[in-house]
Amino acid sequence: MELNNFLKKRKIPLAWLLLTRQPLRILVAIAGISFAGILMFMQLGFRDGLFDASVTVHKLFDADLVLISPRSKSSISMSGFPQRRLVQAMAHKDVIGTTAVNWNFLLWRNPENLSTRSILALGFEPTKPLLIESDFERKANTLKNKGRVLFDDLSRDEFGPISAWFKSGRLVETEVAGKRVRVSGIVSLGPSFGADGNLITSSETYLELSPGNPQGSIEIGLVRLKKGSDIENVVRSLNLNLPSDVKVMSLKSFIDFEKNYWKSSTSIGFIFTLGAAMGFIVGCVIVYQILYSDVSDHLPEYATLMAMGYNLRSLLGVVAREGFILSIMGYIPAYISGQALYALVRSSTKLPVEMSFSRASIIFFLILFMCMGSALAAMKKLADADPAEIF
Amino acid sequence: MKNINNNTLNIVSLNHWYGQGEMRRHVLQSVSMEISPGEVVLLTGPSGCGKTTLLTLIGALRKVQDGDLKVFGTQLFGASRKTRQNLRKNIGMIFQGHNLLRCLTAEQNVQMGADLLNGFSYKARRSQSREWLRAVGLEDHLSKLPQDLSGGQKQRVAIARALAARPKLLLADEPTSALDSSTGREIVDLLKKLASEQSCSVLMVTHDPRILDVADRLLRMEDGQILPSV
Repeated sequence: MELNNFLKKRKIPLAWLLLTRQPLRILVAIAGISFAGILMFMQLGFRDGLFDASVTVHKLFDADLVLISPRSKSSISMSGFPQRRLVQAMAHKDVIGTTAVNWNFLLWRNPENLSTRSILALGFEPTKPLLIESDFERKANTLKNKGRVLFDDLSRDEFGPISAWFKSGRLVETEVAGKRVRVSGIVSLGPSFGADGNLITSSETYLELSPGNPQGSIEIGLVRLKKGSDIENVVRSLNLNLPSDVKVMSLKSFIDFEKNYWKSSTSIGFIFTLGAAMGFIVGCVIVYQILYSDVSDHLPEYATLMAMGYNLRSLLGVVAREGFILSIMGYIPAYISGQALYALVRSSTKLPVEMSFSRASIIFFLILFMCMGSALAAMKKLADADPAEIF
Repeated sequence: MKNINNNTLNIVSLNHWYGQGEMRRHVLQSVSMEISPGEVVLLTGPSGCGKTTLLTLIGALRKVQDGDLKVFGTQLFGASRKTRQNLRKNIGMIFQGHNLLRCLTAEQNVQMGADLLNGFSYKARRSQSREWLRAVGLEDHLSKLPQDLSGGQKQRVAIARALAARPKLLLADEPTSALDSSTGREIVDLLKKLASEQSCSVLMVTHDPRILDVADRLLRMEDGQILPSV
């Protein structure tokens, strides 16, 4: 019914024809808008990707609640707290299991060229759950032998071709913190800001690799709750009942806590947001230029239309529709290129850059805003269309 | 005495000036004229005598400064922008240059005129546009762009566009000046024929002495004044 009405009432699609009958101009416009869009996709994608990368390991933890020391500020500066707190937490009726995790940076020797590099090492009791990953239990079992580690195959290449060697059946042995270890499995976690690579080992091996670690001190405590427990409630009661040398939070707030550190304590967010803003401004200038020269070139024609009886409002509508059409036509290639570039970034930097719905729609609205704003500015030129001058 | 309110156009002592202060020029000096429905009036005179100014005032494209100017009984002196805008829909205009929209085909250009009509579906307006192009003899050039049409053909499209909005008054400013004499003659004859079929009045400004005979009435203008008819 609505469509029928529209089909009946529709008029010559002037905005569309104005644009499409000037192929060069519309190509330049689309290129400009897409460029701005790609720039925004990249900058915001990098920003969110970097923030997401800072919590790649956090997200995989098999836990409902997390215990950390109140002195811990981020994953690169974790402080210890007594492991006893986990035992105390077990006293709560909703808690069904805990895992004590050691978390620190150790020096890894690249077995190929023998250079060393700092790697994030996680130590835990292999009989307990740590990560939500398929087949993790079997891999964890291999850690029951002393001197075994699981290596993260998404670690940067500077650590050596560990997973390639391991998968080809080769015995991979190297040094961590000056002690011999053997790679007994491969996991997929991903590098972050702080850590270029990750390894997982048993608490026993961890303590051997890092003998300075105080007895009974851990950096992270994972707590699992009964199904259907009220997480916020448990967090509140544990925080109340445990001594103040430990802080209890939900896994989600633990993830936010880490992201927040990178957002607020570093200039990363500012830099990439600024980059996206530059893209936005460049796009505005391009669209404005295009629409302004389009209006100027067609000024006598607009004046003719006014003389024929079209009112100024309907002509402003033409310019607005031109802006709208440009925004759609510019967004589509920007979106597609964005997807392709994200795939490229993922494969070359191993950053978890994904096309999220929220970012895709934010950028769409930015482009729409850019085009409509520029159209609005170009409309001022329409006021120069004086129908009395065309006689 | 006929009822002047039924007239298409009534002008009583219309004055118009250009410029400010010392430079102020009195381009229309107490002009009075009228056009009754269906009448074809030609306006001639040397260039710069104020013909075009008079045309833009009648076409509601300019504000009336002084005097009485009624089109279809609507007073234009002191009329609002909106009143003038609405009035323009009933006035067809044909310009010296064709002033077609370059990005539209002949058919689409004519439909820009037809689109001004309310109460017709897209299909109806489209077939009306084709009808008008057939009437001006361009049925074989519907989808050509203005750049692919000759001068005479473009002027025919312009006539079809002006008439497609079903005006009650047609203003034409030297419609034949860019055309050779035989084409000019054809265009004017066509204009007169189609206008009279619609009982649409025509006011045409022209320098072209060969087309004066199409007029029901001839007005001469000099120095901003209309000369008493001979």
